[in-house]
Amino acid sequence: MATYQEFIQQNEDRDGVRFSWNLWPSSRLEATRLVVPVSCLFTPLKERPDLPPVQYEPVLCSRANCKAVLNPLCQVDFRAKIWACNFCFQRNPFPPSYAGISEVNQPAELMPQFSTIEYIVQRGPPAPLIFLYVVDTCLEEEDLQALKESLQMSLSLLPPNALVGLITFGRMVQVHELSCEGIAKSYVFRGTKELSSKQIQEMLGLTKPAAPGQQGRPMAPQDAAPSCRFLQPVHRVDMNLTDLLGELQRDPWPVPQGKRPLRSTGVALSVAVGLLEGTFPNTGARVMLFIGGPPTQGPGMVVGDELKTPIRSWHDIQKDNARHLKKATKYYEALANRSAVNGHSIDIYACALDQTGLLEMKCLSNLTGGHIVMGDSFNTSLFKQTFQRVFSKDFNGDFRMAFGGVLEVKTSRELKVCGAIGPCVSLNSKGSCVSENEMGTGGTNQWKVCSLNPSTTLGIYFEVVNQHNAPVPQGGRGAIQFVTQYQHSNTQRRIRVTTIARNWADAQSQIQHIESSFDQEAAAVLMARLGVFRAESEEGPDVLRWLDRQLIRLFMFHLRRSPFLQVFNNSPDESSYYRHHFVRQDLTQSLIMIQPILYSYSFYGPPEPVLLDSSSILPDRILLMDTFFQLVIYHGETIAQWRKAGYQEMAEYENFKQLLQAPLDDAQEILQTRFPMPRYIDTEHGGSQARFLLSKVNPSQTHNNLYAWGQETGAPILTDDVSLQVFMDHLKKLAVSSST
Amino acid sequence: MNVNQHTPMASPYGQPQPGYGQPTYAPLDGGYPAPYAPYNGPASAYQPGASATRPPDLRTPHPVSAPQPYNQYSPVRWDMQNGPPPMTQAPPSVTAPAVSQPYNQGAMNLSGPHPYPQHYGPPPTMQQVTNQMTGMQIGSGPPTPAGPGYGKYVLSPPSQPPFSSAQMPPTSMAQANHLPPGPQAPQVLQPPRSPGPLQQPPPQPGMPAGYPHSAFGQVRGPQPGYAGPTPVNPTTGPQLDPDAIPSPIQVIEDDKAKCNEPFTTGVRGQAPPLVTTNFQVKDQGNASPRFIRCTAYNMPCTADMAKQSQVPLAAVIKPLATLPPDETPPYLVDHGETGPIRCNRCKAYMCPYMQFIEGGRRFQCGFCSCVTEVPPHYFQHLDHTGKRVDCYDRPELSLGSYEFLATVDYCKNNKLPQPPAFIFLIDVSYNAVKSGMVSIVCQELKTLLDYLPRENPDMDSVVRVGFVTYNKVLHFYNVKGSLAQPQMLVVSDVSDMFVPLLDGFLVNVNDSRLVIESLLDQIPEMFADTRETETVFGPVIQAGLEALKAADCAGKLFVFHTSLPIAEAPGKLKNREDKKLIGTDKEKSLFQPQASFYNSLAKDCVAQGCCVDLFLFPNQYVDVATLGVVPVSTGGSVYKYTYFQAQSDQERFLNDLRRDIQKPVGFDAVMRVRTSTGIRATDFFGSFFMSNTTDVELAGLDCDKAITVEFKHDDKLSEETGALMQCAVLYTSCSGQRRLRIHNMAVNCCSQLADLYRNCETDTIINFFSKYAFRGILNNPTKAVRDTLVNQCAQILACYRKNCASPSSAGQLILPECMKLLPVYLNCVLKSDVLLPGADVSLDDRAYLRQLISCMDVAETHVFFYPRLLPLTKLESGSLPVAVRDSEERLSKGGVYLLETGLHLFLWVGASAQQELLLNIFGTQSFSQIDPATTSLPVLENPFSQRLREIIESFRAQRSRYMKLMVVKQEDRAELIFRHFLVEDKSASGGASYVDFLCHMHKEIRQLLS
Repeated sequence: MATYQEFIQQNEDRDGVRFSWNLWPSSRLEATRLVVPVSCLFTPLKERPDLPPVQYEPVLCSRANCKAVLNPLCQVDFRAKIWACNFCFQRNPFPPSYAGISEVNQPAELMPQFSTIEYIVQRGPPAPLIFLYVVDTCLEEEDLQALKESLQMSLSLLPPNALVGLITFGRMVQVHELSCEGIAKSYVFRGTKELSSKQIQEMLGLTKPAAPGQQGRPMAPQDAAPSCRFLQPVHRVDMNLTDLLGELQRDPWPVPQGKRPLRSTGVALSVAVGLLEGTFPNTGARVMLFIGGPPTQGPGMVVGDELKTPIRSWHDIQKDNARHLKKATKYYEALANRSAVNGHSIDIYACALDQTGLLEMKCLSNLTGGHIVMGDSFNTSLFKQTFQRVFSKDFNGDFRMAFGGVLEVKTSRELKVCGAIGPCVSLNSKGSCVSENEMGTGGTNQWKVCSLNPSTTLGIYFEVVNQHNAPVPQGGRGAIQFVTQYQHSNTQRRIRVTTIARNWADAQSQIQHIESSFDQEAAAVLMARLGVFRAESEEGPDVLRWLDRQLIRLFMFHLRRSPFLQVFNNSPDESSYYRHHFVRQDLTQSLIMIQPILYSYSFYGPPEPVLLDSSSILPDRILLMDTFFQLVIYHGETIAQWRKAGYQEMAEYENFKQLLQAPLDDAQEILQTRFPMPRYIDTEHGGSQARFLLSKVNPSQTHNNLYAWGQETGAPILTDDVSLQVFMDHLKKLAVSSST
Repeated sequence: MNVNQHTPMASPYGQPQPGYGQPTYAPLDGGYPAPYAPYNGPASAYQPGASATRPPDLRTPHPVSAPQPYNQYSPVRWDMQNGPPPMTQAPPSVTAPAVSQPYNQGAMNLSGPHPYPQHYGPPPTMQQVTNQMTGMQIGSGPPTPAGPGYGKYVLSPPSQPPFSSAQMPPTSMAQANHLPPGPQAPQVLQPPRSPGPLQQPPPQPGMPAGYPHSAFGQVRGPQPGYAGPTPVNPTTGPQLDPDAIPSPIQVIEDDKAKCNEPFTTGVRGQAPPLVTTNFQVKDQGNASPRFIRCTAYNMPCTADMAKQSQVPLAAVIKPLATLPPDETPPYLVDHGETGPIRCNRCKAYMCPYMQFIEGGRRFQCGFCSCVTEVPPHYFQHLDHTGKRVDCYDRPELSLGSYEFLATVDYCKNNKLPQPPAFIFLIDVSYNAVKSGMVSIVCQELKTLLDYLPRENPDMDSVVRVGFVTYNKVLHFYNVKGSLAQPQMLVVSDVSDMFVPLLDGFLVNVNDSRLVIESLLDQIPEMFADTRETETVFGPVIQAGLEALKAADCAGKLFVFHTSLPIAEAPGKLKNREDKKLIGTDKEKSLFQPQASFYNSLAKDCVAQGCCVDLFLFPNQYVDVATLGVVPVSTGGSVYKYTYFQAQSDQERFLNDLRRDIQKPVGFDAVMRVRTSTGIRATDFFGSFFMSNTTDVELAGLDCDKAITVEFKHDDKLSEETGALMQCAVLYTSCSGQRRLRIHNMAVNCCSQLADLYRNCETDTIINFFSKYAFRGILNNPTKAVRDTLVNQCAQILACYRKNCASPSSAGQLILPECMKLLPVYLNCVLKSDVLLPGADVSLDDRAYLRQLISCMDVAETHVFFYPRLLPLTKLESGSLPVAVRDSEERLSKGGVYLLETGLHLFLWVGASAQQELLLNIFGTQSFSQIDPATTSLPVLENPFSQRLREIIESFRAQRSRYMKLMVVKQEDRAELIFRHFLVEDKSASGGASYVDFLCHMHKEIRQLLS
């Protein structure tokens, strides 16, 4: 048997799943003692180029409250043409189309290598993709110009039959009609007035013609055209929309001295949500919100228009001094939930030097699976490339995005589902496998994930409910089935089914086995998600204390210092931004976020990873740090001097040139693939940007631990934070004392 | 006889009103009919004097008159007027002689009406009461069939013979130049007079001679003597000879005749010529009558006198009136940075009534007598008469009307105003599109935008424009010049209106010409297929208002609207037209707005200087009473084109629109009337808003708007100083300049009632009364309002009779000379559609007229209430034919007549009109070939046609609204409409005929006197 390492890797590659424990303690009591719950990171749409989808409907268990999908774990009686559900043990006949089934002629879903299988189903007419741009016009001219260009460019990336719409806003909100010839029409809404979805639809004149489109059945694009003048196929309005974007002006209302522009983000979003709700409910759609500043009026306002009142900081929030926070958050949450119910996701592209209100608005993306991208300006490559990457395509030429996903988790009897943490909302489906003990978004075994991409990963938490006195038979296995229904970007409806099983182990007799089945990385990320989830809903210090109690070796040290839990030095928006990405990335990326990777390049050997420690900062090294959000290339003191002296230009120092180039190439590789684009920082010893590195490394040497001073072994960090060493010492002390 | 002059008189007394005998007044006075009826009987019998003159009525089988009389005089005319009367009757023999007599009288009568002549003459003596009494005498003693003869005789019943002899006691005549020609009156003056106008001796107004007044007496009563000859059915016939009662035409013509030199305003208390007279004005210190007309130019000194006389003291002010080209518009005076010089206490502006004292260092205010320092920069020495040396160099010291340049202190928020803006708001609902209104408006605006008001004709207008279309939602347009195409911004949130854009909505026409043209081309196309029938209205005005607010300027909204706004929105209305309420106490509620929303909206509009002009194109009830609230309160106008059809109504609408857009207008105006101590402006009528008791706020004020101001005493006036008034209007000109227009007016004061009665202007009084009454119906039952009017009028006349006229028979109706038309005009007011609607008059029409009249000036009310009716037999260039009285009996079957009311224009064609006439006018000889649907006359190359069209054009040019020409063929169905304007006749809706009303009036007066 392969090592657990290999097993885990294999499972991840095949099923996109990583469990904290790969052997499950067989009773509730034992499971509780293990501290880290049975849980997994699940990537529903993990890219599987080797997995061709099958073109038929899945076979379901006929028991009404089970409906599990036929899978390789099911027992099959080929003669009787009967299969037994491995979750509820119901015996089901095969459907007629399976008449020819036999041991040698098995359908794919019964083959063990198809523990993950994807079905293409025909349900209703294909639904077009919908992209609704919601554009802030209170931007600087330069920014607006850059944004317009990006938007125009994006039109060429969309599939021709995709529907596009445009809403612009500033002091007013304008919904642009795209179908008209001649005069450009738009519907205008006052930016200060909260409107119900019904009012919005009435005002847009959608109430009457929209009737056939209701009942959740999307209309064919041809039919939709006349009924929704605001969402039109790209191929039809391409020119028109390009012109429209070209003519887009900055918000014309004068902004007096000392004021912020009036920005009606809240109303703009509610109009966008209302528009989609009325026209294309339950159809995949992306609302793409581009903002250059905080909402300053109307519902969802985050800060007033007086410049002398700064936007809330963590300090204000802790002092309960953020007047608009609660109201705005509530407003956006309501919007996010409405949007999620209809399967529409909301992206936020916020580019401004100051905060833009992501703290309040984060739920829009978090609950609907939308992206959040944060940048300094629309006129940066960070934004431009990130935005372009939203439309990246897979090996089939399809968008790497899927819509309207519904993830259902089925478990064998001994397990129950506690909840999920990720870009999802609960569908409140209270099946028999739902635990009362909630972790993350709980109380359900179905979640809606409005927008998915191949890296979208949810943390799913389980509870072992088997009682201690009713042992699982020796060799028994627990099974979990993940059923993900979604709309593929090529408009097909698809269902991906992943069924996995793990052995039960008696904690008393097999504690070693259980221990060795522990997946430290997965557990760390899963616990971190729990931490972040709590941090979002509770006060910071409490979460840290909770986390400290849940001991997980090294990662905790960095996690404690990470922006996911620590708000010091971060604005509320930044914290929201970091957390947003943390709870949706897959395991590898999550680990990078928790513990940044540091590579060292020097003449002394090939590039190597080094400890994220101040002692790694040496004058003759180039360091490449990847924190997920930032890529820092740090030239040590000597290297920086050489570079300044221009040695790399000299033919005889070709090797130096290569040394300089190596981290750049590696960085480039990362930049190519990562979404969102990390901030790329090229700095050197003493450079102001070096702080990005210095703030991350373990401060093993600081200005106040003497032995570090003056040594050539690294760079002292000016911080009061404790170093890992101190942390560990403390931890040991605690561990000992608590055990006694 | 001079035809022109006398024709009217000569014309036969019209037919006795058919209704005469009937209880016309029944509704007014229950008791009335009774006496009346009986009376008729005798009256008819009486017939004596009258009988001779009276032509038979076409309609009533009145035996009375004989055609012949006319033959003698003007047979032709007679024919024309009476047509071939199917009259039965009239023993020629009898009549003949009679005729001759009456005729003379007629002539004589003519003299009567002239105010001047009267003074002049000895006339009193002449007075014949006799015939006068005839009709009038409405029975004083109700029951007695005999009816009251004339006053004195009342007691001595029926048997009075005197009439035939016609002698009135001289006393009665005393005063008089009484109109009504008694048969006998003949003598004295007659002869000279025949030449016509000339004859009037140039009596000066001030002449002491007689008191001008007309007296009428009529006696009626059964005249045995006459009864014989004329077998009149006792129940029919009114006895009063229509020719014997004061004729508006005569008065008008007389006034024209005597006015042959410019009217100078220098003399205090001088009544100007009538509004029907063409005259030139020379401003010599008082405002021209084109700006201000007063009801009385001799105000009573005390409140008691005023109360006793009941003559309303009012002025009709038209502050921005357009002057004819030969008169100088008010000069603009700039007093520099400190602004106009004003009295320290009452804040009156510098004017000719300020008395400079102490060598010119101070001046004493003529209004409040306060002494104010003259600022150094304004100092000037006085000459030996105490006048400033520069008096004639400064308009404000020598003229009645002038303007001051206002300083920043006179501006809102102490900021000089922005140039105003015009916003066009066009209904694009189904009806609007279908009727063609939308495309007509859009098409027209393209050219019209070049004619926005401007002060300097050589410069481009600085007025900015904006466009909105709407149905249930509003569409704003961005027409910024830099755009390739206009952009439409739809606002559906009508419950909470706002302006979706700032930049690009209000633009300068020249900067955005191409975009605007493209927009106006596209609007009709865009909505060509609309199915939307519902509209909003409140939000439309709100939108315009918000736009002006956003642009921080005043301006005007032009709203083109079709239907009752029933779509869900503020100001939504329901159909409340309920015919059952007409005539009940609840009727008044129909004239009040049904939602208070519009009142507060109007207030907001006024605060911003947002004037609203409303063009309505209704196919059914639209509730003008409510929709008109904002226009009326903001100094705007309402235009109504019921059942608008592009084909036939386009011309009228476009002409109105052109005129409305181009006419001189001021914005954000405040008018204040200051008066000398003793009287005070207490009440105001017109299109405006008042938030306090003194300031008349007008969001917009154009050259056609008049404001009627009523004055009351709060102290005594002195004969020496007279009564002064100064009307100051602060406004923003169409070029964005803040100005003050000042009109000064001084009138005399009198302690004798007779002086008051000598110097009144009936047309102005009627203007006041009509506005007063039309406002009254908002709060009182219509009937009560009518009664009040009649009552007040009776009191005025009774007071005169009691205090000014020499004692005479109570049965004699004696009218002050300058008020002798009061009854006829008042009757017209009483029977107007507003106060006495016919069955076919909609509530909207009444509300529309009510609002329309509230801002009319005297000339407009005059022609509105007493239409101008011109016989078109012979047309001379340079002069108009003399009008005939508004009565069917004045129409001749063989003639063609033009009738003008200021709102309507009719061409009545007699059934047997001369072929030549028809050929000249219509290009056809056949009556039957005339198309009654035609709205314009064919352009024919003959002098007659040319001149007729010229006349029509000149009429149209005179009026603020374009009059559509309606051709009415005699005995055609449309004639009913036409007849409605023959105001001396009994109206279909029950309005009394002139003669009846006069009788009624007389009775009222007598009741008051007794």
